[in-house]
Amino acid sequence: MLLKKLTEASGISGNEKEVRDIILDEIKGYVDNIKIDKLGNVIVYKEGKNHSKKLMITAHMDEVGLIVTNIDALGLIKFVPVGGIDKRILVSKPVLIGKNKIPGVIGSKPIHLQKKEEWEDALGIDQLYIDIGVDTEEEAKKLINIGDYISFDSDFVEFGENLIKAKALDNRVGCSLLIEILKETKDIGFYGVFTVMEEIGLVGAGPAAYSVDPDICIVLEGTLCYDVPQIDKHLIPTYLNKGPAISLMDRTTLFDTNLRKKIIKIAENNKIPYQYRKTAMGGNDSGKIHTSKDGVITTTISVPCRNIHSPTSVMSKYDYENAYKLLKAILFEYEKGAL
Amino acid sequence: MIFNSNNLKELVSIYGPSGNEKKIREYIEEQIKDHVDELETDRLGNLIARKKGNGKKIMIAAHMDQIGLMVTDIDDKGFLRFTNIGGISPHTVLSQQVIFENDTVGVVSAEPIEDISKLKLSDMFIDIGVSSQEEAKQFVDIGDICVYRSNYGENNNVVFTKYLDDRVGCYIAIEAIRRIKNPKNDLYFVFTVQEEVGLRGAKTSTYKIDPDIGIAIDVTASGDTPKAKPFSVSLNKGTAIKVKDNSILTHPKLRQVMIDTAKENNIPYQLEVLEFGGTDSGAIHLTREGIPSGVISIPTRYIHSTIEMSSKNDIINSIKLLLKLLEKDINL
Amino acid sequence: MDINNFLEILTNGSSISGHEYRLNDKISSAFKIYTDDIYIDNLGNIIALKKGRNNDSNLKIMMAAHMDEIGLMVKYIEDNGFIKFTNIGGIDPRTLLGQEVIVHGNRDLYGVIGSKPPHLQEASEMNKTIKMEDMIIDLGYSKEEVEKYINIGDVITIKRKLRALQGKRLTGKALDDKSGIVAMYECIKELSKMEYEADVYFVSTVQEEVGMRGAYTSTFDINPDIGISIDVGFGSTPELPKEDTLDMGKGPGITLGGNIHPGLRQQMVTIAEEYNIPFQTEVTPGPTGTDARAMQITRSGIPTLCLSIPLRYMHTSVEIVDMRDIKNTAKLLAFFIASISNENLEGLLCY
Repeated sequence: MLLKKLTEASGISGNEKEVRDIILDEIKGYVDNIKIDKLGNVIVYKEGKNHSKKLMITAHMDEVGLIVTNIDALGLIKFVPVGGIDKRILVSKPVLIGKNKIPGVIGSKPIHLQKKEEWEDALGIDQLYIDIGVDTEEEAKKLINIGDYISFDSDFVEFGENLIKAKALDNRVGCSLLIEILKETKDIGFYGVFTVMEEIGLVGAGPAAYSVDPDICIVLEGTLCYDVPQIDKHLIPTYLNKGPAISLMDRTTLFDTNLRKKIIKIAENNKIPYQYRKTAMGGNDSGKIHTSKDGVITTTISVPCRNIHSPTSVMSKYDYENAYKLLKAILFEYEKGAL
Repeated sequence: MIFNSNNLKELVSIYGPSGNEKKIREYIEEQIKDHVDELETDRLGNLIARKKGNGKKIMIAAHMDQIGLMVTDIDDKGFLRFTNIGGISPHTVLSQQVIFENDTVGVVSAEPIEDISKLKLSDMFIDIGVSSQEEAKQFVDIGDICVYRSNYGENNNVVFTKYLDDRVGCYIAIEAIRRIKNPKNDLYFVFTVQEEVGLRGAKTSTYKIDPDIGIAIDVTASGDTPKAKPFSVSLNKGTAIKVKDNSILTHPKLRQVMIDTAKENNIPYQLEVLEFGGTDSGAIHLTREGIPSGVISIPTRYIHSTIEMSSKNDIINSIKLLLKLLEKDINL
Repeated sequence: MDINNFLEILTNGSSISGHEYRLNDKISSAFKIYTDDIYIDNLGNIIALKKGRNNDSNLKIMMAAHMDEIGLMVKYIEDNGFIKFTNIGGIDPRTLLGQEVIVHGNRDLYGVIGSKPPHLQEASEMNKTIKMEDMIIDLGYSKEEVEKYINIGDVITIKRKLRALQGKRLTGKALDDKSGIVAMYECIKELSKMEYEADVYFVSTVQEEVGMRGAYTSTFDINPDIGISIDVGFGSTPELPKEDTLDMGKGPGITLGGNIHPGLRQQMVTIAEEYNIPFQTEVTPGPTGTDARAMQITRSGIPTLCLSIPLRYMHTSVEIVDMRDIKNTAKLLAFFIASISNENLEGLLCY
């Protein structure tokens, strides 16, 4: 399965090569032009009927993770996060380090030697380290270099009713949607862009938008989902199993209202379930894209992911399938010139 | 099965704090003596009643002791200072009436305090309405223990009273003793002492009996009041079969037998995962070579207050489950 | 069976305190071929007896390693099918977030532990631990579906496979105290090739993590002359005080303190030195938090010893153990047992 392959690959922001190679391998033969720009963005063009408006669809390739900053005398590895990671999810997890994927674990002080008050405070990054089972700096340095990227060791699992657990669903789910739409559509001309380094400040998106210079852009994302019964409804950002989420606003963009209304009409006409992304928190590549050059009309379509930015993100295949249907329906309208 | 209110009302009203269970023991003895084959009181004061049978040796424990207050000092003006026997919260005991073994009644109050959340038992006292130490000593002495004095209440659904913990367990055991005619198993009903201060009576009585199986009957909490922490036991949803508390992880096979028994007889039941507390089975199961043990719990709101509340249906269903269980051929 | 394989089977399995029976067959079948008798007692302890030679005086040595592991238990099912849980044994709530779990209902269900995402939290909350009561397990099913398979009281295991790190180090969950069971297993294999007098009871105890409950009852049953607990000790890491820890790969800790019989301990040290088995000293003045505590105060009192296998990150799901330490523990135990006879025991126990 494509999503399995994508999520199990490592692609920490700034080190997307493994993911990029999978993408290139997947799409070759299905697109008319592939370019890898100077930052590592993959920009592809699919030829089709010419339109007055230029459409770009993007998904970022990178994921949050960790990077090695130091190896101490005991061979224990210090690290810092790459991208927004809640430090509280790091303890008691296995990780894979560097190109050779050396296994290690992030341990913590045994509960027996802690005072109860200690539990109340989250462990800081400076209190954590990775143990790969060696005793000296020398042994560790044979296997690990400072600057090696570290990803969670978490496999792709299908469980429950239609659910998937994996790491990096944000945003391999967007990559997967974009790959599939690139492979399946014919005669619709648009740009597909797989961006780098979204998680460390929307780095790749600006330059990519500058090169492509689109009129309209659809950003595909995995977005946060928290749908427990105790929470007030207006505070729930998205639900699982209620279809793709269409963004209203986030910290980087006020999404174009007309485009949003058109998309909702398309969803309703095609009987595709959808929901609004109801929080203003977070941000994505659209922030850089919609302010590129003289401006771009943007929208974001997301697959809701519980436990986002953790090794155990969860999404629904139902939401994925409907996001794909919606994307296809939008392209169909675009082809008719109705977008 | 008809709910026998009078018997329960009497049970909760009889004096018997931990270590001073004589009166309640005598009352229970009277209630069951015509229905058992053997009856004895052991060295710590546990009442052990046997109904002979040929099957497994099963010990059924309900504790007859209750929480109370022990007088530690009598001041010049006759005010009594006290310590707690068992789990007494300062907020619950404030403004309550208490009664001593000799029927002396007192009321509990506290020194003036600015922040009521900082109320401590050591700042509280009992007023028995006398004016001097000398006068007080005519009624009470240091070391005397008093218990809550309050009225028994009930409606069609529930009872609410002091000391359902664990007189309702005693009530269930007594009902079972009276109803079982020809026991299949060899039954030892034990009305234990000193549960509230550390499961002490259960420890020694189990050592003596050395049963094959232990079953405690006691109250458990209820998670169905406003903003209660998530706890899957509610009033009026059936008897509760314990999975765990802080004293025991009940024997999985015995627990399954209890569940199966409830199911076979259409007795409503709930499973109980309690994150605190403990009961006699905690001591029973660790005795000698180990004794597979379980607990039948009665869902109860406001435990250790004067308004402990249980559902009549749950109590009846607890009796039913105990009866059916004891009549079973139990192979673990 | 190779001890790495045995350890893998044990740690990948599930044996939450009170529900250890899931491992009964695995442990029994491994020990069986080396024993004269093996049985499971009332609380679930697995007792394997290996008889000594010419043991006219009925000398008995009991070894205890606990087969139970810490874990979680279902306490509540939410309206949307999420599970609320409580802990069995000591668990730092901080180690739970983001874990994958197996809920053992009438069928095993996979789930993940989640909580409120950081995006929706106040900045001040971010430095606070998320409480266990605020976490949920997501099984991916509706309440209706969940209730078909899961009941209140079902136990939950963290899903983690044993994995090799560098050298002889392995990482996984519940190496506390499956490492001890494996050390006993290696010891019984060693003893099969040796001459010794005592009847040796290898006890895989239950419910150690909730208060050494299995050790109390099994010790009462066996009533041994010597009790030895094989448990894990805190492996040294930079944040821990040196005096509380044992170094990895440098042999078992031989505990010293009130819980331990001084004469027997001296004999253990002598044997280690005689056979060049590396060992370390672990100082515990009061009762150890191990089965040795229960053994010591059972019946008329039993002289006890405690060996600790160094283990890092205790009670997390990424515990680390060094196989060399397990092997050295086993070797030390075997030579120690062979050194005990009815004739010398009285002398060793003499104060």
